[in-house]
Amino acid sequence: MKRRELLASLATLSSIGALGLLPGCASQVLRGTGDLGVVIGRANGTLYLVDTTAQSLIGEVPGLGDLSHASVVFSRDGLFAYVFGRDGGLTQVNLLERRITRRIMQAGNSIGGAISADGTLVAAQNYTPGGVKVFDARTLEMLADIPAEYGPGKLSRVVGLVDLPARRFAYSLFDANAIWVSDCSDPRHPKTTKFENIGRQPYDALVTPNGRHYIAGLFGEDGLAQLDLWAEDCPQVRAAPSPPPEGGKETWGGPAFPCQPKVRRILGGYGKGQEPLPVYKMPHLRGWAVAGRRAYLPAIGRHEVLVVDTETWAEVGRIPVAGQPVFVMARPDGRQVWVNFAVPDYHRVQVIDTQSQQIVQTLAPGKAVLHMEFTPRGEAVWISSRDDNRVSIVDTQTFATRARLDVPAPSGIFFTARAARVGF
Amino acid sequence: MTVRTVAVLSALLLGPVLALAQAPAAPEAAREQALVRMVRQDCGSCHGMRLTGGLGPALTREALADFPLESLAATIYHGRPGTPMPPWRAMLNEAEAHWIAVRLQQGFPEEAARPSR
Repeated sequence: MKRRELLASLATLSSIGALGLLPGCASQVLRGTGDLGVVIGRANGTLYLVDTTAQSLIGEVPGLGDLSHASVVFSRDGLFAYVFGRDGGLTQVNLLERRITRRIMQAGNSIGGAISADGTLVAAQNYTPGGVKVFDARTLEMLADIPAEYGPGKLSRVVGLVDLPARRFAYSLFDANAIWVSDCSDPRHPKTTKFENIGRQPYDALVTPNGRHYIAGLFGEDGLAQLDLWAEDCPQVRAAPSPPPEGGKETWGGPAFPCQPKVRRILGGYGKGQEPLPVYKMPHLRGWAVAGRRAYLPAIGRHEVLVVDTETWAEVGRIPVAGQPVFVMARPDGRQVWVNFAVPDYHRVQVIDTQSQQIVQTLAPGKAVLHMEFTPRGEAVWISSRDDNRVSIVDTQTFATRARLDVPAPSGIFFTARAARVGF
Repeated sequence: MTVRTVAVLSALLLGPVLALAQAPAAPEAAREQALVRMVRQDCGSCHGMRLTGGLGPALTREALADFPLESLAATIYHGRPGTPMPPWRAMLNEAEAHWIAVRLQQGFPEEAARPSR
């Protein structure tokens, strides 16, 4: 601890020196947050703050509760991290002051969250009680509670929550085989559009970087459910006027009623009836799946990455990999796709070259690789190895390890550049 | 129930000394630690590191109080088709699955403190 703090102060002091400023109180030095990030300390409820330019730890914020499966979104000014803990804790952390600024317990069991494009709303997706809650991003006051009730008294666990343009959130109901889109433009009175029978057991989802397609991975069958939010008869997706006009012919503001996005199946039957392999950990989906014109998606129960053309949504390839893929992440420029795996293959990371569609590198950065995060332009990737208590910083051109940071049981790594990306 | 599992079960009931002496299939201390870690960390990715539940149900002593031991061990070993619970038989033997089931119903042990750096 002491050594790390000293190193952090030295790093701060050297950057002050570089700027030619007098070293006064370190906390008052002006600096941006664009190259900052956080690493989740899974076992000790601590958030480790990192500087991706200095490639160093710059601080730690303890007291965040149960951070197994924690995830993070950022305010759009990159100053605040919102940390969603497993135990339902939602914590707002000021990255420059390196402290908790607000913290609430909003559920009994939570799995993650999202932030609206305008930065005003933070939404949490919960398993217990199943549903979504929407909060004022500044105060963490709850504005809306949307139980995922799919039958009398039956609440579904919610997965795959993403932000959509116009203060909307899309999410999937694991127990109800449904996708819901909640329009929170009036956050105290959200309007929810429900899509039923989208496929069995959606386990996570993503929105493409253009905000057009919401794609839910299915655990219960081979394939993914895709919602086209720009459905062709629906240039502007808006809640229909209520009550709906007779005959559905009346128009308002342009598109004909009914104006509904559509759900369809993509990559259906990719397992071709073969017995699936055991899935020891669920894959995670985000907009990082998209690399140029293609999307790279983890197969469920198969040691493969599925490649789909994002114009036609037809399968255009599948790449055998070293295990059950968990994260399949394109480097921000789309030239490479990095893949990590579920136990027992989680000591490896593989790199797919998207030009040749071949694996060009297999790395062994440490035991129990849980997560990867690219620096904003992708020249380096940070990889957490839980059982080696280490975060490795790897050059994505040379694959050389640039640095290693000591972090106890690290899991998720989140950089503030996420603030600028739809679906992150 | 296999003969071996019965042996392990009774050994567990009779105490750790007898377990070591009479049931060679029972996990050794190092393996026990590895199993505890596996449950906390790998099972924890669905059931929560504190086993309070997630996509998978809670595995606390209270939550499992009325769950038949044999079914619990079988669920660990064979998985539960139609749900995300996979069979763990590629990573465990039946005696180990049983050992985990017994410990879960007793309130699962914490991981031994390990040097973090």
